[in-house]
Amino acid sequence: MEALLKLLSDNVAGYGSLASPLQYLLPMVLASLCCIALVALFPIVAVYAERKVAAHMQDRLGPMRVGGWHGWAQTIADGIKLLLKEDIIPSEADRVLFKLAPLVVFAGGFASLVVLPFGASVIVSDLNIGVLYVVAISSLGVVGIIMAGWASNNKYALFGGMRAAAQIVSYEIPAVMAILTVVIPVGSLSTQEIVRAQEGGWLGIGNWFIFKPVTAVAFLVYYLASLAEVNRTPFDIPEAESELVAGYHTEYSGMRFAFFMLAEYVNMFVVSAIGATLFLGGWNSPVFGGPVAFMLKSVALVFVQFWLRWTLPRLRVDQLMYVSWKVLLPASFVLVILAGALAVR
Amino acid sequence: MKEYFRDIFQSIWTVLLGMKITWKHLFTRACTMQYPDQRWVLPERSRMRLFNKIEDCIGCGQCVRACPVDCIYMTTEKRTKDEAPVFASDGTPIKLRVTQFDIDMSLCCYCNLCTYPCPTHCLVMTPEYEFAVYSKQDFLYRFAKDKPVAPPKPAHHTPVPEPAK
Ligand code: SF4
Ligand code: SF4
Repeated sequence: MEALLKLLSDNVAGYGSLASPLQYLLPMVLASLCCIALVALFPIVAVYAERKVAAHMQDRLGPMRVGGWHGWAQTIADGIKLLLKEDIIPSEADRVLFKLAPLVVFAGGFASLVVLPFGASVIVSDLNIGVLYVVAISSLGVVGIIMAGWASNNKYALFGGMRAAAQIVSYEIPAVMAILTVVIPVGSLSTQEIVRAQEGGWLGIGNWFIFKPVTAVAFLVYYLASLAEVNRTPFDIPEAESELVAGYHTEYSGMRFAFFMLAEYVNMFVVSAIGATLFLGGWNSPVFGGPVAFMLKSVALVFVQFWLRWTLPRLRVDQLMYVSWKVLLPASFVLVILAGALAVR
Repeated sequence: MKEYFRDIFQSIWTVLLGMKITWKHLFTRACTMQYPDQRWVLPERSRMRLFNKIEDCIGCGQCVRACPVDCIYMTTEKRTKDEAPVFASDGTPIKLRVTQFDIDMSLCCYCNLCTYPCPTHCLVMTPEYEFAVYSKQDFLYRFAKDKPVAPPKPAHHTPVPEPAK
């Protein structure tokens, strides 16, 4: 945003003579418009990509009709369909919470975009506690999910909401621990600082944290935990369709349901982008740096999420808790201690 | 303790193995057939919609008797002596005028038993299988054109389009 402000004041004549709140407001609005565009477009592309990847992994073709070439307009058509659908609120539902829940879930994902370092100067706001901010703000989604489950007044939805709460809270700990192993050597919570710490090295990738012994394992821990945090298979028990209909969004229809979908895909992108920032060198790249490299890395991680989803069956609830509390958590503790030992050495 | 680490190692290993399999399938050819654009090559003598070439039907009723579900409805009337003699295309004289020859395709079980006894081979199975209709009544195919109860629905051989490669 600072870069945008500078760009505006350098290139637009008379920009400096505007009232100073306006000077700051304009780049803010522009930056958030960019984020909204990303948030609106990414799920459209990602849903299409996921359906295609899923189909081809199962030797099918996936959507092939809408829009002509390989059904490229399928998601757009689905979005329009969802917009036009009847908006149903169950008569016994808690109306206020029911309406608010999708927005809270969505806001949690959307607000995380603020600190994603797309490029050296392409970042909405380089908070000095960026990583902490993401961890905190993305937990907002859980509140929304519980709200949705509770407000629907439906036992499946409530089960889904409770499972989501249990799952996300338990997986948050290993995820944060894994993030800590990166924060300790860098000594900063700012996402830009972390990316800068990974510059250079052998072939331009040697300093990426994924190529260092302790943080490489931490990446694995983080990735697994992040899968659980965004409710993706094999950790998608909050919306296990074979047991819970659709989990917490069972009662939602139309655009409110679309918001949950949107939030799910935005969250997928956010956790992948954080993974790319912390472990894969962010916008650093030996060939071309900047937003393109960053997006490529994030999208690659999102692809692995698809890949895992269509490979693995869903875990049982107790297995899920086992993985978190008995495997990931001890592992992440050991990693943090090792990272600390390496840092003081 | 040993078991614990072995389990972890094994689960990671099996996940990787599974991912290898799905990766392989990502690049295998899809087996989906894009139906209206591509079609199966039908086997020879496929049994789909029935067709009666009514000009050749001598009204013998063999097919009606053979049908296990009684879904062929036929009425005939005798042709008078003064009428000019008519013959089926194989030369069999037609002594009865078929006034009604209806087949209810919604009841038909496609057993093909009716076509074998037909002496003039006028009742045949066609390879036409796309005949879904909105009303059950439309499944009643009326082949007798002399006195159609309702406008006759033409049952015709639709050539099967070349299946895409
Ligand atoms: S195919 Fe079988 S069921 Fe159908 S009309 Fe002929 S004899 Fe009857
Ligand atoms: S068996 Fe053939 S000729 Fe005889 S009534 Fe049936 S269709 Fe007509």
